[in-house]
Amino acid sequence: MIEARNLGKYFGRFAALNNLHLTVSDGEFIALFGKNGAGKTTLLRILAGLSRPSRGELKIKPSRQAPPGAVRGHIGYLSHETSLYMDLTAVENLRFHARLTDVPSDDRALAMRMQQVGLAGRERDPVRNFSRGMQQRLAIARAFLHNPDILLLDEPFTGLDSSGCDFFKSFLAAAHADGKTCIMAIHDTRLGYEIAERLVVISRGAVALDAAKPSLDYAQFREKLEPLLA
Amino acid sequence: MHKIWAIFRKDLLIEFRTKDSLTAMLFFGIVVLVVFNFALGSLHQAVRSAVPGVLWVAFAFSGTLGLNRLFAVEKENGCLQGLLMIPADRGAVYLGKMLASCFFMLIAEAVLFIAALVLFNLTVRNEIPWLMLVFVVGTLGFTAVGTLLSAIAVNTRLREVLLPLMLFPVILPILINAVEATDIILNSADYGALKLPLTVMSAFTIIFATISYLLFERVLEE
Repeated sequence: MIEARNLGKYFGRFAALNNLHLTVSDGEFIALFGKNGAGKTTLLRILAGLSRPSRGELKIKPSRQAPPGAVRGHIGYLSHETSLYMDLTAVENLRFHARLTDVPSDDRALAMRMQQVGLAGRERDPVRNFSRGMQQRLAIARAFLHNPDILLLDEPFTGLDSSGCDFFKSFLAAAHADGKTCIMAIHDTRLGYEIAERLVVISRGAVALDAAKPSLDYAQFREKLEPLLA
Repeated sequence: MHKIWAIFRKDLLIEFRTKDSLTAMLFFGIVVLVVFNFALGSLHQAVRSAVPGVLWVAFAFSGTLGLNRLFAVEKENGCLQGLLMIPADRGAVYLGKMLASCFFMLIAEAVLFIAALVLFNLTVRNEIPWLMLVFVVGTLGFTAVGTLLSAIAVNTRLREVLLPLMLFPVILPILINAVEATDIILNSADYGALKLPLTVMSAFTIIFATISYLLFERVLEE
């Protein structure tokens, strides 16, 4: 469970988040919408523990009182950037992350992960030689290698071709069916609506719309969303 | 402990594959030695007394280049945020990076020291274990501070300029005592006198490594 109360984040005088309230139950799939600079990425970075809120309260199960860093083991964060070392091979990148997150780092386990993201046979290739789409596939494997309970996704479809998008949609559907909590920032309104079960729009650093998908069809959602994106 | 080792190994692997840091460190260090060799050429026998200062200037300048690269590689593609997501105390990242930085600097120091022996026509034999001790303690102190300051500087626009500006005033006690200890070894061989500079350097290293370890998480979080 994630509970954000009165969350604020200020960069100088600019309020990236301003009195944001959001409660996420275990296993929910939320799509975050909002125009550029609305505060989606800031919120995800705070939830991932990469940024400290300027004010407000944030509780993530297991609670923040857990041993230092323990809560991060339950979170997987896929951002705009791939977090991959270009001078290492694909399998070296995964092995490094596996060692940091205490998951099996043997060749067989990592080859299976590579196969899951459609990169079988490219284990020994330097990441520098990968296309943007292949890097994104590898970034997905890296971010969720430790089987986290909470998936934080910031524009995760960036760079993926149509087969990559299909693969990732089925990956997310499987994760959701497995009871994982997913929070995804996305600009593609239709795709976000299609995948998520709860729709949250952030505007000027606060939640401007929070609705369960069954309560709105796509046309109604678009109608409510348009003024908030203007 | 294995996370520290994993970070250290990863940095080693990248460095031995790209040779970015070591090449720059060695090139710069050797240029410094060559310039001093010409400047001090007229001193003849007395040159030995200038070597400790020359050596540590070369070590410090080349070490600063290495520290500049230390976190720059983590900024590419947002690798730093991947490191910060580890389910452990983030101090492990500090220790892993510090060890890697110390290792690269010691390799550079070994090569630069050999180059100095040739350039300044020095002979050393019994002094080598003592010199190694001073180089290791001095380098640990240098990188204990440098790793933290490199992490601070990497998030700024002027990181290449900012790092030496912050680093050199803080590491002055290490440099002064390292020069003094090296001078004792090369010029007086009164090894009992090494106790004071080595104690100061060790105390400095322990204090700053502890402070840096504790501050590291705070420094890297936005």
